[in-house]
Amino acid sequence: MNVVLPFFAVLALILAGYVGVKVLDLKFLFGVLLPYAAIAVFIGGFVYRIVRWAKSPVPFRIPTTCGQQKSLDWIESDRLDNPHDTKGVIARMALEILFFRSLFRNTKTEIKDGPKVVYGPNLWLWAAALAFHYSFLTIFVRHLRFFTEPVPMLVGLLNEADGFFQVGVPPVMVTSLVILGALGFLLLRRLFTPQIRYISLAADYFPLFLIIGIAGTGVLLRHFVRTDIVGVKELAMGLVSFKPAIPQGVHWLFYVHLLLVTTLIAYFPWSKLMHMGGVFLSPTRNLANNNRMVRHVNPWNGPVKVHTYEEYEDDFREKMKAAGLPVDKE
Amino acid sequence: MYDAGKIMTGLVVFLVILTLPFWYSGAMGKGGARPEVKLPEGEKKCVESKEYMRDSHMDLLNQWRDAVVREGKHTYVSEGGARHEMSLTNSCMKCHADRAQFCDRCHVYLSLNPFCWDCHLDRKQTGQGAK
Repeated sequence: MNVVLPFFAVLALILAGYVGVKVLDLKFLFGVLLPYAAIAVFIGGFVYRIVRWAKSPVPFRIPTTCGQQKSLDWIESDRLDNPHDTKGVIARMALEILFFRSLFRNTKTEIKDGPKVVYGPNLWLWAAALAFHYSFLTIFVRHLRFFTEPVPMLVGLLNEADGFFQVGVPPVMVTSLVILGALGFLLLRRLFTPQIRYISLAADYFPLFLIIGIAGTGVLLRHFVRTDIVGVKELAMGLVSFKPAIPQGVHWLFYVHLLLVTTLIAYFPWSKLMHMGGVFLSPTRNLANNNRMVRHVNPWNGPVKVHTYEEYEDDFREKMKAAGLPVDKE
Repeated sequence: MYDAGKIMTGLVVFLVILTLPFWYSGAMGKGGARPEVKLPEGEKKCVESKEYMRDSHMDLLNQWRDAVVREGKHTYVSEGGARHEMSLTNSCMKCHADRAQFCDRCHVYLSLNPFCWDCHLDRKQTGQGAK
């Protein structure tokens, strides 16, 4: 059920795009109104989610520590796995965000003959995740050629580099193949590993099917179902310059591609995909372990009414003196 | 809010980069209007239909190249039965003589850099006529 529903949801979206554009001719709705609405939802939702997270109290440092803490000078501390200053935290976060270091440390547990429990590295998920994310980033950036005029040199160079092997005309992009391979692995892993399948929810499958749909329609549009690519850029430029126009002669499959992307954009802030922003706000990663070096006062401690000894003595000085008790102040 | 300064700075930077398409072209002073290609004056009909040529001319040129270079065939018969020499320089550029006015208009607009010109020469540039 967790697999079936998202699968048919994405199929329904594809069908909706086909029917909406090919049969009902709602090009303005699918080409202009929905994309604008999705972008508004994305920006509003993204800001909302980040602000909500930022409002969470962080009274104490709770980094996961996987190495020696900074203590005496002659004990070497692990600056990456137990950072005690901002420099260490930045290095740790950079490795996490750019290279998914915590996923790299993923291990598998197996029972071997003996019986013995054996732990080993499990790098397939890390490799596929890295391949997927960097392909997606490259594809996102090279699509800027449809949204900018003149096209920035960097975007042009990225397109050239991606099509470096010059297979076919237009050249097959390396990232097209890599992203589909990686997505395939990430999907099959959920379907065929019993433990992963057990914990996989509809919210895990939906983004996978959606992005497979986006990549699939994208590859189709580039290599098999040719359309008026100048018209596509005309539509995109109309959107970003707030002078929306619907060009003639653009294939319905393009509108399906666009509808799937629109769905992804609108769905993004409300889903697990928000790890894009959330990774920066992980308190177990982005805090320096200076719990013993710096005094952390719980910021929501209320003012406590205290009665010091000096005040006590002021109150009872005469009586204390009469009883022969010693006093600090005469 | 904790670390509000850092988080808000990050959020603003993210949104500015993300909305790049909305301000970039305006800042560069270009409207992004559909490029106009200069169509040949004498000839009204291309090798195939206008739509096919617009969407899939690269397929055709690729087929031509393979046919000429690998199989030694030089004549193309179009859907309508017309015969053409399979040659970019001698057939296509007989009518579309000016690369800058025709090919490059859309290719530059879309940041495409087809490898035709790695081997083929642009007559206008070299100042030589077709053989």
